[in-house]
Amino acid sequence: MKRIKLVAVAAVILVNPSLALAEPEAEVLHWWTSGGEAKSVAVLQQEFADNGGTWTDMPVAGGGGDAAMTALRARVLSGNAPTAVQLKGPAIQEWYEEGALADISAVAEAEGWADVLPASIADHMRCEDSWCAAPVNVHRVDWIWANADVLKANDISMPGTWQEFNAAAEKLQAAGIIPLAHGGQAWQDATVFEAVALGILGADEFRKAFVELDEAALTSDAMVAVFDQMRTLRGHVDRNFSGRDWNLATAMVMNGEAAFQIMGDWAKGEFLAAGKAPGVDFLCASTPGDGFLYNVDSFAMFNVDGEDRQAGQALLARLIVGKNFQKVFNLNKGSIPARTDVPLDEFDSCAHLSADDMSASSQNGSLLPSYAHGMALRGAQAGAITDVVTAHFNSDMSSADAVNMLAAAVANSM
Amino acid sequence: MADWLERNVPRILLAPSFLIVLIFVYGFIAWTAWVSMTRSRLLPKYEIEGFIQYDRLFAAPRWDTAMNNLFIFGALFIVVSMMLGLLLAILLDQKIRIEGTLRTIYLYPMALSMIVTGTAWKWIMNPGLGIEAVVRGWGFESFVFDWVIDPDMAIYAIVVAAVWQASGFVMALFLAGLRSVDDEIIKAARVDGIPTWRIYSAIVIPSMAPVFLSAFIVLAHLAIKSFDLVIALTGGGPGYATDLPATYMYAMAFSRGDIGQAASSAMIMMAVVFAIVVPYLYSELRVKRG
Repeated sequence: MKRIKLVAVAAVILVNPSLALAEPEAEVLHWWTSGGEAKSVAVLQQEFADNGGTWTDMPVAGGGGDAAMTALRARVLSGNAPTAVQLKGPAIQEWYEEGALADISAVAEAEGWADVLPASIADHMRCEDSWCAAPVNVHRVDWIWANADVLKANDISMPGTWQEFNAAAEKLQAAGIIPLAHGGQAWQDATVFEAVALGILGADEFRKAFVELDEAALTSDAMVAVFDQMRTLRGHVDRNFSGRDWNLATAMVMNGEAAFQIMGDWAKGEFLAAGKAPGVDFLCASTPGDGFLYNVDSFAMFNVDGEDRQAGQALLARLIVGKNFQKVFNLNKGSIPARTDVPLDEFDSCAHLSADDMSASSQNGSLLPSYAHGMALRGAQAGAITDVVTAHFNSDMSSADAVNMLAAAVANSM
Repeated sequence: MADWLERNVPRILLAPSFLIVLIFVYGFIAWTAWVSMTRSRLLPKYEIEGFIQYDRLFAAPRWDTAMNNLFIFGALFIVVSMMLGLLLAILLDQKIRIEGTLRTIYLYPMALSMIVTGTAWKWIMNPGLGIEAVVRGWGFESFVFDWVIDPDMAIYAIVVAAVWQASGFVMALFLAGLRSVDDEIIKAARVDGIPTWRIYSAIVIPSMAPVFLSAFIVLAHLAIKSFDLVIALTGGGPGYATDLPATYMYAMAFSRGDIGQAASSAMIMMAVVFAIVVPYLYSELRVKRG
């Protein structure tokens, strides 16, 4: 009987939307579906419900977000956009230009986002003069991970320059240990490439080359040196690296088969999940060179009708950048909070290093977007660069040819 | 009335499917052609800009690799599958005892999805896990079989897996063809003392021309639309050494938000299909008219 009443009430509300109060409502499209990530989303979901909101989950797994983007395109074209979508980097502005994004400046200003977010990260959340997205976390990309026991046994310390890295690699190779664990997939090649590029080019030239796509910077002698170092690194990976997944490469470092891995801080999650302790079993350091390459996940708010959905959008934005969620989510995910005023007591030493480096690099202008993870460039340009990087790494192409190809590919992608 | 119905019922019954095909096949081909002439990126746009996407396509080294791979893969896949299929069919045709069982064994790979084939062969050919590791384990330390990780050879690794999958099916086609050849002619040839290989090369195979043609058409379209095998076996790697037009198109449309570029590559793929299918249709229709 009770159920029938409930259904009747629901039916009345459904056919008569005016009867319902403006209760916050959000349909959230994301692709955080695997273990730790799903747990992280559940935190947000719970907090949203605690604040009286109704959360409609729309997880679309597959293809590193490709499947979700296809779903998003279909929804927007049919005029029925989700409330909030996991989007990042220039893709946010790309959707804004299609006229699909909503303005959440009211929340952002009330919460003072401009004061708590590093300036260059805040810029990604703005569409012209308004705020249109909320940042969730900061992943650092330019990490180098190492097996502490292997380094100790071979009397090697974490490398401070690429020369030191090469010397260490030769020593390891002589000892029969794979110096660099790497997976031969295009995005992993690109991840290593941008870490090398940041170290050799320096922050200013990196920005010119991979943010502004300046042709002189793309074809400079320093860029030739970057490709030379990539060729050297190619000699430090094992023969069977093609197509290997990144977490298998991390496992090689864990079990001492390999000494180093260059990978973003999602690799830390693998170490921790295997019960390894930072500073004891494995070591973390930034890759040789100054600067900080960030990969920031965020939620973009889309244009939706109805007060309840707009209220949901505002609530969601407030919660995402809220201190509690930023702490809990990032503890789960292995990244660090995007806002700089969250206490880091519960975070590990690698996260502290990351947070310190982020504020230092934000001060001196070397806080830079990762091109390999879609933060610096639009898909077509980033893809064109990755094509060249992976073609060079997986063949015997000369560095000079690679640099010429790089300039041609970037020009062709416009 | 009855007369009218008799004449028009077939048309009325066929009209919906005709309409659906018109919209969802030819309509969308036209739509893709249109989009391929625009600067569409994330979402389709409709202002015609000329052939810029085709210029970009032909300037891209990755597209060159994809087209070269298609020709290498297509030619080898079709030729080797047909030769192996024919050989198996002739061997099975020798009135052997357990033909039914053998035929089923050879035909089974066709029942697998390409994803399964690709994954299995990825492991079989992986130097650290598969054939190379096994042979080295037997003591041949210098044995090398590393096609999947060699950018120059990886496309041949894909040919191996594809041939393994398709040659049993081609065998079944050819076996049916062999059985349809008139027994009397073969018997007469035997009586005349003509050797078996001559019977096959001069009588049986020439009379199977239509079977060759259908096998060719089936294999050719399998080759052109190959996608899942590459994704499962090499992921397009090492680098983009095993990219095919279909994987290129997928990357542009779904990973890079470059719909115009994807549409232009789709149009070129369709042109390749037409180049193969149109002569076939032409010859078929001409024979019927004659």
